[in-house]
Amino acid sequence: MPLLPAIVLIGIFLAGPIVWSFYGSFTNAALTGANAKNPEWIGLDNYTSLFADPLFPKSLLLTVIFVLVSAVIGQNFLGLGLALLIRRAHRPVSDVVGICVVAAWVLPEIVAAFVAYAFFFRDGTLNQLTGFAGLPAVDWLFEHPMLAIILANVWRGTAFSMMVYQAALDDVPQEVTEAAEIDGAGGAKTLVFVTVPMIRRSIATNLMLITLQTLAVFTLIYVMTAGGPTNRSTTLPIMAYEEAFRYSDIGYGTAIAVVMLIIGAAFSLAYIRLLRERNPS
Amino acid sequence: MRGASRTTPAAALAALLVLSGCSGSDGGGGEEASSNTLRIIYQKAGDASPLDTLMQTTKEQFEAANEGVTVELEPVEGTDEDYNTRLALSQRSPDTAPDVFYEDTFRLRSDVEAGYLLNLDERLAGWDEWVSFNEGAKEAGKADDGSTYAVPLGTDTRVIWYNERVLEDAGVEVPWQPESWNDLLEMARTVKEAQPDSRPFSMYAGTGTGEGTVMQSFYELLYGTESGGLYDEESQKWIAGSQGFIDSLAFLKTLYDEELAVTPAEALDPNVWQVVLGTMLPENQMGATVEGSYAPSFWQEGGMLEWPEYADVMGVAPFPTQDGQEPGAVSMSGGWTLAVGAGTENPDLAFEFLTTAMTQENLLQYTVDNSQIAVRTDVADAPEYLQANPFVEDVSAVLDVTNYRPATSSYAEISTAVQEATEAVITGGATPEEAAATYDEALKAIVGEENVVEE
Repeated sequence: MPLLPAIVLIGIFLAGPIVWSFYGSFTNAALTGANAKNPEWIGLDNYTSLFADPLFPKSLLLTVIFVLVSAVIGQNFLGLGLALLIRRAHRPVSDVVGICVVAAWVLPEIVAAFVAYAFFFRDGTLNQLTGFAGLPAVDWLFEHPMLAIILANVWRGTAFSMMVYQAALDDVPQEVTEAAEIDGAGGAKTLVFVTVPMIRRSIATNLMLITLQTLAVFTLIYVMTAGGPTNRSTTLPIMAYEEAFRYSDIGYGTAIAVVMLIIGAAFSLAYIRLLRERNPS
Repeated sequence: MRGASRTTPAAALAALLVLSGCSGSDGGGGEEASSNTLRIIYQKAGDASPLDTLMQTTKEQFEAANEGVTVELEPVEGTDEDYNTRLALSQRSPDTAPDVFYEDTFRLRSDVEAGYLLNLDERLAGWDEWVSFNEGAKEAGKADDGSTYAVPLGTDTRVIWYNERVLEDAGVEVPWQPESWNDLLEMARTVKEAQPDSRPFSMYAGTGTGEGTVMQSFYELLYGTESGGLYDEESQKWIAGSQGFIDSLAFLKTLYDEELAVTPAEALDPNVWQVVLGTMLPENQMGATVEGSYAPSFWQEGGMLEWPEYADVMGVAPFPTQDGQEPGAVSMSGGWTLAVGAGTENPDLAFEFLTTAMTQENLLQYTVDNSQIAVRTDVADAPEYLQANPFVEDVSAVLDVTNYRPATSSYAEISTAVQEATEAVITGGATPEEAAATYDEALKAIVGEENVVEE
């Protein structure tokens, strides 16, 4: 059975943690206090209190906004746009742009997070630049925390989409786009009716990957705003961390992780649907 | 279709793995726990850490006295909160649990409930130097069952630190001794008038500064009202509907609304204390703030925010009660201890390491370096201690009026609810009444209605 080692490995390293997460979310396991010694099975209690927690709907909404705006819209469209533009640009221009964009992706997340913090910070780069232009300083992390973390995530993640689309566009045969142009289709029409349908599969895969990545973004937000002020940027990963490690309530934090898991699965299913509908094989 | 079905399981698994990463417990090192090795976990803040010095010294002394025994020091760099989390994670598995560790007094009771700490009663009874520790300090190491689980390294108090130059320039007489909250506002308004761009009297608020917000700000207010603290020791219930709670929030609101304190945006920055101690006070931009008795440890030579002139510029005043009612002043105390892990294979060696760290000589050095308040009477009487900085006497005097946090296992969450109330008030998100009502709701959700008493 050559498959056996693979199955065992998947069981230990993939299925194990997931099963543990599900199990943990039904207990009152804690980091400290009596529940740390003897965690008990408490059924759906964690979920009942989660749905009654006023922070939960707020956090859920912030997470969805963060994913939609920074990944599905920001990274995805910007990535596609850059990939299209780079194909037409002259070599040195495309090289320079490519390196700049990829630089943000290459940085370790913690470094990128500090760079973004230094950029948006009260006395940071952005306010210094706008200061030269005579504009009043804006405390981005305090007044517009969501905008700041969304822009930071777009900056950091666009390179991934760009590279996926560059690869996909290379696979679009030139004859097809040329034929469309001969038939009288303009640049926009060619893009919508010819290029996009041909790279549809890459789009769906890319959307799925960046959605899941963005759903799990923690370091960037934690370093920049730590979820504040007044929980105005507390996405679900931040909320799960706070509950599990700050309040030592591992069970409750795990319940939030399970909810994130379900959201991720829902997004994935939606994208798979998208692939299927347009592709009756 | 084929492409889709190929990506599906892989992506789904990737998703699950990424998401469940949030909940997985820390695997840790899992080193061979040989019977001749002691593992010590402690916090190291900054390059010049008095605790690190103490641990290095103790390791040397201990290894010289016990041949064949190796001491592995594992300093954790980070904030108090990060340290506590890291320690709790390592205690979850016997493979990674330390033999001796640095423990925050406010986590003690809850960690004892979790079974992480070794009961030290018998060993302390056989340790001849235990009598040198003062009785108040010994309480810090006791859990709900009356047994002692930890030995205090030092304690602290909170007082008002004021910049004499700023106050004098505004015409406020020094030494300054406020007797009620009104005196505080009066001084702040006078200074504001004389120096409009200054922060005359700042107190922490919001979740950014974490425990600092409650220990060095909100509790000084709350414990000085008629309502008293958060917890009623007699009925062992948490207090809701407290007028003192509303008054305290209203006082903070006044400070922030009249721009007497730092700006709300500055207040929410977790590093604001470094700006306050390192820039605003030394550069005469701030009149006064509430800070720990350990503030000189940052200012003294070799400290993190070195400012040797502090001794001539700064003054100390006890924080007054609301209307000057008895006992006239308020302070809060915390402190850190050393404890022995419940699962240690070498309880005797571990305890011996602890006592080696706690000799009069070692503790004197640590107490002076770290501007702690002495817990050993023979340290308190040492001339080096009394001359360590000009404020030792002042900050020790408020021990008479000091309070301790109700450090039950729900405390961390309740403390955050208090911090959120202060944050809502200073950012204009809620009135003091609304914020107090939100706190009452949160409190009931955390400990259950049956553990709450309405004032």
